[in-house]
Amino acid sequence: METLEQIKARIEAAVAGAKLEIIPNPGPANQPSLLVDTAHALAVARFLHDDAALQLDYCSNVTGVDWPEKAITEKIHFKQVVNGVEREFEQVIEKVRPGFLEAVYHLYSMRLKTGPVILRQRTANRTDNVRVASLTPVWRSCEFQEREVYDLFGIIFDGHPDLRRILMWDEFTDHPMRKDYVPPDDYEYEPTPHGPVQEKARRHYPTENKE
Amino acid sequence: MGKGYIKLEIGDAMAIDEGLRSELSKQGVFTTTLEELLSWGYNWGRKNSVWPLQFGLACCAIEMIAASMARFDIARFGAEVFRPSPRQADLMIVAGTVTKKMAPQVVRLYNQMPEPKYVIAMGACAISGGPFKEGYNVLKGIDRYLPVDVHIPGCPPRPEALLHALITLQKQIEQDALRGAKAPRHLKPDEPGEFPVPEYGPHDLTPSHNPEVWKPPVVIREG
Repeated sequence: METLEQIKARIEAAVAGAKLEIIPNPGPANQPSLLVDTAHALAVARFLHDDAALQLDYCSNVTGVDWPEKAITEKIHFKQVVNGVEREFEQVIEKVRPGFLEAVYHLYSMRLKTGPVILRQRTANRTDNVRVASLTPVWRSCEFQEREVYDLFGIIFDGHPDLRRILMWDEFTDHPMRKDYVPPDDYEYEPTPHGPVQEKARRHYPTENKE
Repeated sequence: MGKGYIKLEIGDAMAIDEGLRSELSKQGVFTTTLEELLSWGYNWGRKNSVWPLQFGLACCAIEMIAASMARFDIARFGAEVFRPSPRQADLMIVAGTVTKKMAPQVVRLYNQMPEPKYVIAMGACAISGGPFKEGYNVLKGIDRYLPVDVHIPGCPPRPEALLHALITLQKQIEQDALRGAKAPRHLKPDEPGEFPVPEYGPHDLTPSHNPEVWKPPVVIREG
């Protein structure tokens, strides 16, 4: 199969205006993925599905990732002339990377037995603009999985034929897989609490005073 | 022996002296009251033909199915007739994880069963939530909403454990009387005949448990 750089170049030639970015994966898997903008996601998906050299006819997996707001520090080196001597300075800049939600698609070709090509879409933020394009028109197998991502992460898929909750009940209002989800406070009893459960135990039950 | 007869006596229970009664029974004369005889026959019939409701919620159901097959053979205890309708069932075997989404349906099915009815909670999930206890989507035990007669621990419990639970339940059924304090729930007019079905709320089931059936444990933490 072509490398992701080659695929990216061919998509840019075929789909006018598509903004693509290769997200490297520095982990042991070394599996880079392709970030696509939501406006052109459907056209890019159609290309990947129909292209004769790729024939990515099978979407095996759709999943979500929650990226909360994060403070990142960057070190900037710059040179400045002080008292006639050029010296090197280092400055630490603190930035806040705004949070967003991500939908990840794993694509394979059944016919060519190749894959995966990993496609990502990102929402603008985590609160009011959580829309990405649904790829269900291209891969039918996305339907239930996009519903699951909607249920658990709260990403709204534009163009989905039937976007309802699939695991939780319809009246449920939360999105439990988000990092800031607060579960109902229904702690009862645990014989050997530890970690976060021990915190719950401390909150719910007073300590016995042994005089 | 062999010449024993049964004396029928209509009136209050225990009208005959207990000492005389045991003395008579040693001589091959058995005495009883009509009520005792009726409840004995009634309980004997019920305990040996417990019809479970046919449904399973998770992997414990596989063990329940195994218990019904030839190797373990729940038919030896008269409970092999798994009914697909709650109207024909006496026993609800809650076999598996009860998710919060499933809990109202389980309670509704229990309400649809005719009295007298019994509940066996099978496995760690059904009795306490098991490994999912601290999660957001699993009920911390079906005894939050239903009166459970027998709890079986295990993950999953072996078929023998289910058979043991059934025998335990049969012993409980044996103790049922037609009147008085030992009478089952449906013969007491002030006991609830129907259990409220929890509703889906925005964050959790409402109510989170039925206070008539279950109360949170009072725990004092050490140290």
